[in-house]
Amino acid sequence: MPVYRYPAPPASEITPKSAILNRRAFMAGAAGLALGGSALSSSAEVMKLKTVPSAFSTDEKPNSLDDISGYCNFYEFGTGKGDPAEYAGKLTTRPWTIEVGGLVNNPGVIDIEDLLTDYTLEDRIYRLRCVEAWSMVVPWVGIPLASIIDKFELQGSAKYVAFETLVRPSEMWAQDAGYRVLPWPYVEGLRLDEAMHPLTILAVGLHGEVLPNQNGAPVRLVVPWKYGFKSIKSIVKISFTEEEPPATWNIQNPREYGFYSNVNPTVDHPRWSQASERRIGGGLFAKRVETQMFNGYGDQVASLYDGMDLKKLF
Amino acid sequence: MAQSKLWTATPEWAVYAVGLVPAVDLFVRAFSNALGADPLRVLENGLGEWALRFLIAGLAVTPLLRFARINLVKYRRALGLIAFIYVVLHLLTYLALDKQFFWGEIGKDIIKRPYITIGMVAFLMLVPLAVTSNRYSIRKLGSAGWRKLHRLVYPAVLAGAIHYLLLVKAWPPEPIIYLLIVLVLLGVRRIKPARCVRAAA
Ligand code: HEM
Repeated sequence: MPVYRYPAPPASEITPKSAILNRRAFMAGAAGLALGGSALSSSAEVMKLKTVPSAFSTDEKPNSLDDISGYCNFYEFGTGKGDPAEYAGKLTTRPWTIEVGGLVNNPGVIDIEDLLTDYTLEDRIYRLRCVEAWSMVVPWVGIPLASIIDKFELQGSAKYVAFETLVRPSEMWAQDAGYRVLPWPYVEGLRLDEAMHPLTILAVGLHGEVLPNQNGAPVRLVVPWKYGFKSIKSIVKISFTEEEPPATWNIQNPREYGFYSNVNPTVDHPRWSQASERRIGGGLFAKRVETQMFNGYGDQVASLYDGMDLKKLF
Repeated sequence: MAQSKLWTATPEWAVYAVGLVPAVDLFVRAFSNALGADPLRVLENGLGEWALRFLIAGLAVTPLLRFARINLVKYRRALGLIAFIYVVLHLLTYLALDKQFFWGEIGKDIIKRPYITIGMVAFLMLVPLAVTSNRYSIRKLGSAGWRKLHRLVYPAVLAGAIHYLLLVKAWPPEPIIYLLIVLVLLGVRRIKPARCVRAAA
């Protein structure tokens, strides 16, 4: 298999985002058009995506775009919560493809532009519970992963899905910081039934617009019943395997982060309690809320884990 | 002794005034909702970090005198007490705003979470030092006894730095750097002075 290369063409060669989006999405008014016309000024603000609502959405009030894009973990850009917002602007997200391989009959690539145009984009308003015991409500825009996977024709032996984040130290400074925060590339994995679950999506936007770079642009996984770090960002590779694939935080510290990492208030992180969480956006005096099993998605996903001891397989 | 006038001329109260500026700044911004999406975390961590910085500053006084002949001994008490004020504010923020007086969870934290246990141990070691940071106590305890008691600051600072290291995920550089500074400042105390500078010991 050829080595996967990450082309970084000069800005002038990249398809203007306006051209990409015109195919399916629409510009929000003339002001949007004028700005969008100036192509690469990374003016994500103007890029409205055309979406349909989803029955899977919660009716809780979403966090503001400022909260979601200003407060996140994306260690490729530093370990501070504000670091991604500060440094992710450098990331070029076009062209962008995801290589799909492993135990499939029909390996290939997914082009981000096809994702945006060939699928119905759904608004999925999900709770997000970080392993650090804070939470948000994020109005993702995405596509059920199952509907994307299908066309690659899985082989019967495929039992897991492995994901990989971009490695590009020239744009992700912490990948080349002189000290190793995490082993790169960031990798994650799901069991096949988890990946095929209708709640599992590949997100391409939030708040009706394309993803801000710091939230994992241009395409990321969202698995709302697991701790946030399972929802791997800026994906460049998906492969199907028979064995449980490696997962970055699990490699980093297997005692603290299990492969499953389902939100579970009865299994504490060895160093802190997972029984309650702080909802971001409520200000200094926001009340703590009790964490729910599977982040409140138990009705939909608990059956995936029937018979499993979730205290051992945390 | 060769030293700048500035060091000796600055009154002690000025050190308090300057030292508490970050606390005022943090609280003003926290209450005016200007600390970003998660003001509690910024406030709590900010106070903890300033506590550690002032503890380290206090720890640096003796090596500065011995190796750089900069005499800040006059300000050491202020540095220590400012650090203690930050620790208390940090602890109160944790109790009131973070855990919101859920004593059950707080109790479990203190027993079960090594980083909280160690933070608490550091706090408890600092209490007698803060209480005895006055002339009366020095007289009462006797200079030698007082000095012996105040050696508690060494394990306290070390515990504070370890507390920081234990609460982070992965290995970000800051807590490691703080811990290294503390270790160096404790380590240089083992170097025998070439000349006898007993007063600084
Ligand atoms: C000498 C005493 C202490 C020092 C020097 C200290 C220092 C620190 C530092 C440097 C941080 C991290 C700052 C950052 O991330 O930028 C921190 C965080 C924290 N400390 Fe302390 N601390 C002390 C005592 C305590 C005590 C007594 C408690 C509670 C019982 C406590 C609870 C916490 C908590 C909950 C955090 C935040 C953890 C998080 O971000 O999730 N600390 N402290």
